[in-house]
Amino acid sequence: MVPVQAQAVPTSPESSIVPEKVRDGIALEINGEHYQHTGDPQMPLLWYLRDVLRLTGTKYGGEHGENGADLILLDGIAVSAITQPLAKLAGKQVVTVEGLAGNDGSLHPLQQAFIDEDAIGCGYCTPGWLIAAIDLFRRKPHPGDDDIDQLSNLCRCGCQTRVRRAIKRVAGKATQS
Amino acid sequence: MSNDRNTSDTGCHDHIRLSRRRFLQVLAGTAGALVVGIRMADATDVPLPLALLGDHFYNLGAYVRIDADGSVLIGARDPDTGTGVATSLPRIIADELDADWKRVSVVPLGLGVTDNNGQPSWTYGRQVGGSGGSTPAAWNDLRQVGALARWLLLQAAARRLGVPASKLRCNAGTVIAPDGRRLTYGNLAEDASKIALPTNAPPLKTAADYRLIGQPVGDVDARAIVTGLTRYAIDEHYGDALVAVLAHCPWPDGTLAHIDATDTLAVKGVVKVVRLRPEPGQPLGSTAIAPVVAVLAEDTWSALQGRQKLKLEWKPGASGSENSNALEQHAGDLLAGKTDPTTRVRNDGDVDAARKKAARRLDATYFQPWLAHATAEPMNCLVRLEKDHASLVVPTQAPQKAWAVVQRLTGLSPAQIDIRVPRVGGGYGRRLDHDYVAEAVMLAKAVDKPVRLLWTRAQDFGHDYYRAGSVHQLSAIIDRKRQLLGWNQRMASASALAHRNVPDNRLWTSELEADQLPATLVPNYRSDWYALDSAIPRGPMRGMPHISNAFAVESFIDEIAHSMKEDPLFTHLRMLGEPRELPLSAGGTLDTGRLINVLKLVADRIDWKNWLHTVNGLGIACWHVDGAYVAHAIEVAMQGQKLIIQRVVCAVDVGRVINPLGLQGQVAGATLDALSTALNLAITFKDGQIQQHNYKDYPLASMAQLPNDVEVITVSNDAHPPAGASFLAMPTAAPALANAVFRASAVRVRRLPLMKELLRLL
Repeated sequence: MVPVQAQAVPTSPESSIVPEKVRDGIALEINGEHYQHTGDPQMPLLWYLRDVLRLTGTKYGGEHGENGADLILLDGIAVSAITQPLAKLAGKQVVTVEGLAGNDGSLHPLQQAFIDEDAIGCGYCTPGWLIAAIDLFRRKPHPGDDDIDQLSNLCRCGCQTRVRRAIKRVAGKATQS
Repeated sequence: MSNDRNTSDTGCHDHIRLSRRRFLQVLAGTAGALVVGIRMADATDVPLPLALLGDHFYNLGAYVRIDADGSVLIGARDPDTGTGVATSLPRIIADELDADWKRVSVVPLGLGVTDNNGQPSWTYGRQVGGSGGSTPAAWNDLRQVGALARWLLLQAAARRLGVPASKLRCNAGTVIAPDGRRLTYGNLAEDASKIALPTNAPPLKTAADYRLIGQPVGDVDARAIVTGLTRYAIDEHYGDALVAVLAHCPWPDGTLAHIDATDTLAVKGVVKVVRLRPEPGQPLGSTAIAPVVAVLAEDTWSALQGRQKLKLEWKPGASGSENSNALEQHAGDLLAGKTDPTTRVRNDGDVDAARKKAARRLDATYFQPWLAHATAEPMNCLVRLEKDHASLVVPTQAPQKAWAVVQRLTGLSPAQIDIRVPRVGGGYGRRLDHDYVAEAVMLAKAVDKPVRLLWTRAQDFGHDYYRAGSVHQLSAIIDRKRQLLGWNQRMASASALAHRNVPDNRLWTSELEADQLPATLVPNYRSDWYALDSAIPRGPMRGMPHISNAFAVESFIDEIAHSMKEDPLFTHLRMLGEPRELPLSAGGTLDTGRLINVLKLVADRIDWKNWLHTVNGLGIACWHVDGAYVAHAIEVAMQGQKLIIQRVVCAVDVGRVINPLGLQGQVAGATLDALSTALNLAITFKDGQIQQHNYKDYPLASMAQLPNDVEVITVSNDAHPPAGASFLAMPTAAPALANAVFRASAVRVRRLPLMKELLRLL
């Protein structure tokens, strides 16, 4: 600690503390939390989530996110996190699978439906299916089989028929209400 | 208190012998906990890890731990790759214990290993996931763990209440006296941990008393999975670990001709570039792994950028001249020629003599492509090496095999190697080989820092231990009464066991089964295997060798039915004959009654009696695997060139069912996996290089291509112990599909993948 010297002119003492310059960086909003990224602006969101924030629910799917395991919601729309350089994300809202449940631990209806229908194989691709299904409900509030057929996520464990049932379970409730 | 365990030298026991090598043992835990587990004989000199008794829950073993507050912690010993064993195995213990499932937490076990004079002792016995053996093995020993814990709790309650134990009963974590007095397990745990063990293992429950076994329950990890909190190995970190991404030589036997890493090292965050030159014979036995250049960086993004800037030239080895087309051509030539088979797998009666008596003969040849594992979670490994310790987090199906790789590379003694196995993102046999563990350990040694290894998707496709393609030439001899008089099967393939120190006369065992249908049902039956050689790496694959053989055999039986203008269900039933048990060469029996039952179940459900009259095509197939029985019936429609799978029905008989919900999921999932594979998937290689690099080239079926539902019928067959179900539903899906396609389109598909061949023939 360097003591601040008393100045000769008492009225407006000039501080010797230089405030840190506002750092160039990208303002990010992820699951409602705010972050400032000052590293490589080209870093894909996926590696920022996994390596920097340690939010590992969003999985590595492939170099281009081919199997949908790395889907996140960007301003409500499902996109592959590995295709999104951080530079593009300033001022946008990112929601990952960790952000779907309420702060009180209450599950999103689709999360509960996935549990109820046992729509889980190894579970690695499950976060991607959840994000894709939420995006489907945004586009089609009452999705039918043809709409569900449009989901492009891949799963070798074969959870597709159970995912379909989970989506229909929520769609059925949406229709009733 | 001569009955206390502390005075066990006065004739009391501290363990119960279950078998020659296995013991039940009780350990008093801290804070009044009761801990019961299974121990192997060769581990008797070694105390169990202290962690079991403390607060380190993840190292519990096949153990029950009952805490004073009544919560029950159960260890799941086998890696769960999505097969549900982390749920079903603890359920087996919990039922025998009469635990309240709502108070049970399940913890995945790490590898249990102790040092026995430099040799490893496996604390928990068998630890293999995804091979269909977890449940049968658990049925044999894990029930005893629960039964002993319950017995001890009952003794403690008997003393406390002054009532004989035989008059007490247990229900959902409570001991209840005849007069209605109740004591919770939590209340009794500390006393129970001091009771001397009985001479013999306490009796197991009778089936009538099962409360959890046979009842549906969701996956224990479900909530953590849907909230994104489950940590797979790929999600684990050490703060100071370097991220390693690799450039593999395209040829497993190739060499690095030139390297320029200047641009790579200029990337911010890149720390080091390391060459690995694994020698043949190291570190995976005789299985070669490709030479590697690794880029190590502070984070994944830097490492990936660095790898992109590597300038590498690779030189092919002998495999550089291999082509999958040429290999298949060679197989065809072999089967067409007069060469003796590599192995005559089975020879009942006299096929040549039967041929002379034939009223009718039918021949057909079927082709299967090479396949990749395509696990969702790519290969990865986290490792920290210290002078006298190694800690790893490994996505493996066989932690004991991973241990062997680490031990060979580090020279550490058995107990100095700590392997943790979280939930695994798909295995399918890929994670029975541990090339990625070897790479991570070698890199950690080279940089003297912890390493977090990550394969990219393209590497996963390009450097797999593939399932080899195969050619099946089948010949049926039929007598005047339309009975199958003879069956001659000739198969050519490159064995998954070749180059793995397996004797030549056992190489066929990964390729076909001596007891597969219709063996034992046909008086003159011959099965020959012809070896192909290839340097393209091969290894275990989910469902092999059943899947490829069931496709050939069950398609062929459909062709036989068609040639005789018969209903294929009728042809099947005539072949199976009366319900009876036929002895199998590998032990066990073929129960034709159980096979007939699953066939009839799917036929009824899909309304098979209309099979000739529907515009859609119906197909059927059945198979048996290690004492379990499966049948599929599938309905398809052709709309021009578009194939629509309208209905899929699958019936399985696995003996006693532990978790019906888990079984249904497993059966539906395996059906979809098999359909997806049969429809579209093939690995090819040209000049020794794999041609498929991502999901676009290896297109797993999308939601739209798959049926909307799989109707699963599980036969409740409590007279038989539980058999494995992990891949049971795979073998019959593809032939039922191909048979249905034939009825709908008149096109017989004898070559997979089906869509490509169907479009060629339409």
